[in-house]
Amino acid sequence: MSAITLKVNGRTHNLDLDPATPLLYALSDDLALRGPKFGCGLAQCGSCTVIINGTAVRSCVRPVSSVVGAEIVTLEGLGTIDKPHPIQKAFIDEQAAQCGFCVNGIIMTAKAFLDKNPKATEAEIQQAMSGVLCRCFTHVRMLAAIKRYAKGIKA
Amino acid sequence: MISRRDFLAASGALIVSFSIEDRPAAAQVFGGPATGSPPPNQLDSWIAIGADGGVTAFSGKEELGQGISVAQAQLVAEELCVSFQRVRLIYCDTALTPDQAHTSGSQSHPTNFNHGNLAQAGATAREALLRLGSERLGIPVDQLVAAEGFIRAASDSSKKVGYGDLIGSRKFNLTLDPKAKRKDPREWTVLGKPVPQPDLPAIVTGQFEYVHNVRVPGMLHGRVVRPPTVGATVADVDESSVASMPGVVKVVVKKNFIGVVAEKPWQALQAAGKLKVTWTPAPPLPKQSGFANHLRTQPARDTFLVNSNDVDAKLAGAASVLKATYFHPYQMHGSFGSSCAVASVVDDKATLWSATQAVWYQKSSCAMVLGLKPENVHVIFKRGSGCYGLNAADTVTYDAALLSQAVGKPVRVQLTRKDEMAWGENYGNAFLMDERAGVDAQGNIVAWDHESWSPGLGNRPGIGAPGNVITGTLIGFRPAAFNPRSPAPAPTAFNNNSNGVPSYLAGRFGGANKGTGTIASERVLVHNVVSPFFTGPLRSPSRLQNTFAHESFMDELAARVKADPVEYRLRHLGHVRLRAAVEQAAKAANWDARPSPRAGNPRTGAARGRGIACVAYEGDNGYAAMVVEAEVDQSTGKVSVKRIVVSTDCGPISNPDGLRNQMEGGALQGMSRCLGEEVTWDDEKITSIDWRTYHSLPLGFNVPKVETVLINRPDEEATGAGETSITLAAAAIGNAIFDATGARVRQSPFTPERVRAALAERT
Repeated sequence: MSAITLKVNGRTHNLDLDPATPLLYALSDDLALRGPKFGCGLAQCGSCTVIINGTAVRSCVRPVSSVVGAEIVTLEGLGTIDKPHPIQKAFIDEQAAQCGFCVNGIIMTAKAFLDKNPKATEAEIQQAMSGVLCRCFTHVRMLAAIKRYAKGIKA
Repeated sequence: MISRRDFLAASGALIVSFSIEDRPAAAQVFGGPATGSPPPNQLDSWIAIGADGGVTAFSGKEELGQGISVAQAQLVAEELCVSFQRVRLIYCDTALTPDQAHTSGSQSHPTNFNHGNLAQAGATAREALLRLGSERLGIPVDQLVAAEGFIRAASDSSKKVGYGDLIGSRKFNLTLDPKAKRKDPREWTVLGKPVPQPDLPAIVTGQFEYVHNVRVPGMLHGRVVRPPTVGATVADVDESSVASMPGVVKVVVKKNFIGVVAEKPWQALQAAGKLKVTWTPAPPLPKQSGFANHLRTQPARDTFLVNSNDVDAKLAGAASVLKATYFHPYQMHGSFGSSCAVASVVDDKATLWSATQAVWYQKSSCAMVLGLKPENVHVIFKRGSGCYGLNAADTVTYDAALLSQAVGKPVRVQLTRKDEMAWGENYGNAFLMDERAGVDAQGNIVAWDHESWSPGLGNRPGIGAPGNVITGTLIGFRPAAFNPRSPAPAPTAFNNNSNGVPSYLAGRFGGANKGTGTIASERVLVHNVVSPFFTGPLRSPSRLQNTFAHESFMDELAARVKADPVEYRLRHLGHVRLRAAVEQAAKAANWDARPSPRAGNPRTGAARGRGIACVAYEGDNGYAAMVVEAEVDQSTGKVSVKRIVVSTDCGPISNPDGLRNQMEGGALQGMSRCLGEEVTWDDEKITSIDWRTYHSLPLGFNVPKVETVLINRPDEEATGAGETSITLAAAAIGNAIFDATGARVRQSPFTPERVRAALAERT
């Protein structure tokens, strides 16, 4: 075990962890965050995605020792129920979920991509989303929500 | 112990704001062992009205992401004449809600929205409030109306009394009145309108509490160590191999069940990986490559669904006879999040937080797993990752319960991806299907013969069968017994729950047509055999597989007689609602009426085609049709679906947006299943164990346009709606491939290899 300092959603947390612990475990179990989720533990589905220094990162395979000092943003860090972030609002407006378990991976992946590539074409958005899954297959609405958000950035 | 009534009184302040997020905290506080569910014939079991007039409703049908919680709250608001926001819905807690068995089989809508249960409770409560209002106001009931939480005089809205004043926090003490009048769907103001999902703001902001997020004071974390190969048994466990690892609390071994409990989840995972276990292997598995023929040779339980006893004679006299064999693989629920549960088993009492689709069966079967009295087991449903039938939610609840009992503290267990896919869930059944039909000189079908072989093992745990899922079997319970039977007895009544009977058959019993079709010479024979893998009701179980064969074969017959596939279907359908579903889907898709395959299409490169399929789901539980436009790359065999149009008739529509969401998701999930999803195995183990080896279409694939056609039937009964569109995708896509290329793919999924093989077989 080691002293590990994590900066999550603008707050600093001092934790005592095995340095090899994947970031997801620290976020879910030590910080009790509900946004990033365990889906596969293999970086194959996107469920655990967080944004670190502006880039989407699969937290299930990223050791905590490698993100000390980094600015980590989770789904909770974007907006709240009363004041959702524009991409969260886009998902509400499009009613883009069924079970909702994959929403974290979809929103965080899309946001990181579109914030860096605000003029992305539809094909580029699809390419960016080619590594995330939704098993309820709410694809039509989720892609509509992502496009709605992208339109807002451009405007 | 705190009673349900105390719970209601305590929660009264919360009734004004609808939030399912309020529920878990309250349920945990009052979560003592269950004394039994409230009696379903009592109004107070379903509806409670708080002092402020807010309505709390209790249901035994749970939210899985399919939208039923929204529709149920709409129903209660409608019948009680209050706004949607005034209704708070509590579902599937064995201490609080009526026992409605499981949430499955497209039964929630028909069960709670027609003439019993929640719907009738709402109507009974409204009429009771009108009577109470009549006494209070001194005005006859027929001169009163219920509106916005008040009973008021029809002629003078100033003469009114609120529900809270009439009954607030007191019991109705009434039995459900079967004569209480449901509102006419034509007068609906809350039902029938699109209502947004109340949970969604919490979900998209990371505030929603799934079962994975349940945290109980003093909770430890467990991981299971499953057999490395199918049927392997424990020879030896070396507990010392992990004894010195940080955080390890206990290694738990019970027959072939092994688990590790640790202080933190990462520690439990590490220890589970390091634990030295010696396993005794089981005999090798049947080869996957010859599995279809393997099924034909197994001892079987045979059942006739229909048999007019003249099929062989009619086929012998037919102008032309067509035969085809179809194969559908085992497929996975493949839930996005691996399954998780939290259990607190202390002394002789257990509280389980579970995403099971059957809290009451989990209660009774987990009592057997733990050796406790069922009344001492309390199951609280908590949403998990989308399930679609029987993922590992039940088995992981047993896992958590066993580990908690062993350490005497609450334990949370989350499966690994491999454990979920290889040793967790009950797969959707494989199916081998032979179709044979004869046509007369005019091209009309004169006889149809269908025979299927399907392997099964286990199922939902039910009331007393923990061995129906893997953990129950590992600790020594047996799966449901298999009793071979051949020959099949003569069928005595029509039951098309499995859609084993094609829609085009008459289903003639007792001198009447019970089916949806016109073909009177009919035989459907089902062979159930034993599966090497656990199986269960994956979304549209049997119905999807049978419909794939029937609707593909119907297309083959139409092509044989050079008929348009829509016209040919209508020619053999007698049922007005199924006919309408076909006609409306075809109209919305601007159906290109002509025989398939499409004349003049190129034999190389890209080719486009369209296909149709339809179903009367479970025979009479929803009517739907799907038109697909697809492009086939004839050099690679890759299939790209461009457009899906799907119609659905589920009776009176409760929530149009929720219905569309289900139709869209079902269409694409069905598309993913038929284009890539297949459980695979080698001689000893499952080899589809993650998202590289089990192929689910990702968010970024070229998503087709999906158009929905809602057919509202205010005068009909409510039917299921969540499993119709998925049932149609494989056949509709296969038929579009045929239309584009003239190649028929009779094995799902339609991988590029299989499509190329079918293209090579074209004459």
